[in-house]
Amino acid sequence: MNILCVLRTTVFSVVLSVALLSGCGSSANAPKTTTAIAIKGSDTMVHIDTAWSEAYMLSHPDVDISVTGGGSGTGISALLGKSTDICASSRDMSAEEKKKAADQGITLQETIVARDGIALVVHPSNPISELDMEQVQKIFTGAITQWEQVNGPAKPIVTLSRETSSGTYVFFQEHVLKKQDFAASVRLMPATATIIQSVSEDETAIGYVGLGYAIEAGAKVKLLSIKKDGASPPVSPSEDTVRTGSYSIARPLYFYTGATNNAPIAAFLAFCTGPDGQKIVKEAGYVPVN
Amino acid sequence: MGLEPDAKVEEAGGEHPPALRATPFEGGLVGALRAIPFAGGYFRIAGASERGARLFFAACASTSMLIVLLIFLFLFKEAVPFVSKPGLSDLAGTRWVPVSFQHELFGILPLVLGSLLVTLLASVLAIPFGVGAAIYIAELARPAEREFLKPCIEMLAAIPSVVLGFFGLVVLAPLVKAVFHLSTGLTALSGAILLALMAAPTIISIAEDAIRSVPRSYREASLAMGATHMQTVWKVTTPAALSGIVAAVMLGMGRVVGETMAVLMVTGNAAMMTLSPFDSVRTMTATIAAEMGEVTFGSTHYQALFWVGITLLFATFILNMVAQRVLRKYQRS
Repeated sequence: MNILCVLRTTVFSVVLSVALLSGCGSSANAPKTTTAIAIKGSDTMVHIDTAWSEAYMLSHPDVDISVTGGGSGTGISALLGKSTDICASSRDMSAEEKKKAADQGITLQETIVARDGIALVVHPSNPISELDMEQVQKIFTGAITQWEQVNGPAKPIVTLSRETSSGTYVFFQEHVLKKQDFAASVRLMPATATIIQSVSEDETAIGYVGLGYAIEAGAKVKLLSIKKDGASPPVSPSEDTVRTGSYSIARPLYFYTGATNNAPIAAFLAFCTGPDGQKIVKEAGYVPVN
Repeated sequence: MGLEPDAKVEEAGGEHPPALRATPFEGGLVGALRAIPFAGGYFRIAGASERGARLFFAACASTSMLIVLLIFLFLFKEAVPFVSKPGLSDLAGTRWVPVSFQHELFGILPLVLGSLLVTLLASVLAIPFGVGAAIYIAELARPAEREFLKPCIEMLAAIPSVVLGFFGLVVLAPLVKAVFHLSTGLTALSGAILLALMAAPTIISIAEDAIRSVPRSYREASLAMGATHMQTVWKVTTPAALSGIVAAVMLGMGRVVGETMAVLMVTGNAAMMTLSPFDSVRTMTATIAAEMGEVTFGSTHYQALFWVGITLLFATFILNMVAQRVLRKYQRS
């Protein structure tokens, strides 16, 4: 079983009945009941889901939130099967899935709760400062093996990737490699920190890491600007460019809910997209929505 | 006096579950107990405690056997569905691509080759180094030197492999890169050097014990014949200790094959079919460690990882068998 899948948060609170959910005024006379909210879906988001839930349950002891991973697809089918309240998804629902929801009488509500960007990093001495998406794809699938082929020095390219178990690996494979396989010669590093470490040592290396980590690494590595295609202007990875969507290797992270009139869920969503929730987003290494 | 406790031992054996009786360890244990005359005399006086003690020791000895058996069973139980669905022939492929939008491939050959390459390289580095050090400490070093060297070597053995791996990533890999003019230090060679460092303390201390346990008379005879100290070391003492040295090497290799963290950090983990020490390799242990944590329970990938585990188990099993054979051969001659 997926390890993230096992990771669920269930904190049963002692009902002190200090305050009720905001916007839940009708139940002011019955404070002893706890509301259970289930979140299921993206493995990438489990970490941040858990952080939100824990913070929210601290201030709302009458709410009990459980978080389960399994993948965005798993979460979406759970929402359609009405076995989860919130589906966490790192991709938007397909037209087919939306149609299925409509058929089942589920009114979908889509909320972007955070954004996730991936930066390509090279050694600070590397003269290359920008690549287009096609070049990146070819570098990691093995079609381009020399820096010369992308107007760099006459040296072989050392490609570094995360391990196959990483959510970033799958996102990169899907969106940058266009679902092609990584080349066999791509070195798989056990952690983001080891990618940063190796790139900072090897002049010819290129790797990809979450934007938060890349910015944190500072001058140890150089962040490449990415062009959507050969003719587009290069865009450097930053919180702003990820938020506006001009940086190509980024994605919004969604919460999908079925029932829009459910007050506790609406309150939780408001918390996640509010200032406190977005502060947690930043702390978790993702990019806030606003 | 010798007979009666023996009879009691047989009696006690009758109370054992049959599974415990069948273990080969038990015979050795009973033999060992019988070989101590005082133990026999003591237990005759206290029959109940004899039986209790015997049961306890038998249980201890059998537990490891039982656990090995259960591990084997568990591994096969988890791995077996792979045989019918993708088919065992898939394991013989040359590409390991467990996560793919195209077609998942579970060829374990690059992983086996990776483990083999790293182990062989580590052996080439660790054996001469380890045996040389053992000869020096046992035969040539002054007592004060020995007192200093031995704790140092034991200290090397005490370093956790993650720490060594981190050292490898930050210090060794850049060094290998600079010395061999490579584009990166994340190579099979870096992994092998780290593993050699880990195997060396085992090889040194066991080989040193073996050399020191060669009877004094051998050396004295050799020196009396007019041989120099060096000739004695080279032609008499070391050959006499050869079985112990082989055992030391095999145990050192055992540590190398099974080591995970250090190789995971420095070999680059690219599943390539290569025999070059300057390429990246992905070992079997690193594959299991890196992928088992996130793999979906019961999936084809999960089962494939169990086959990797079984292959690894057989590799160490064969290594042990060969070691036993070699040991027996030298002991006879």
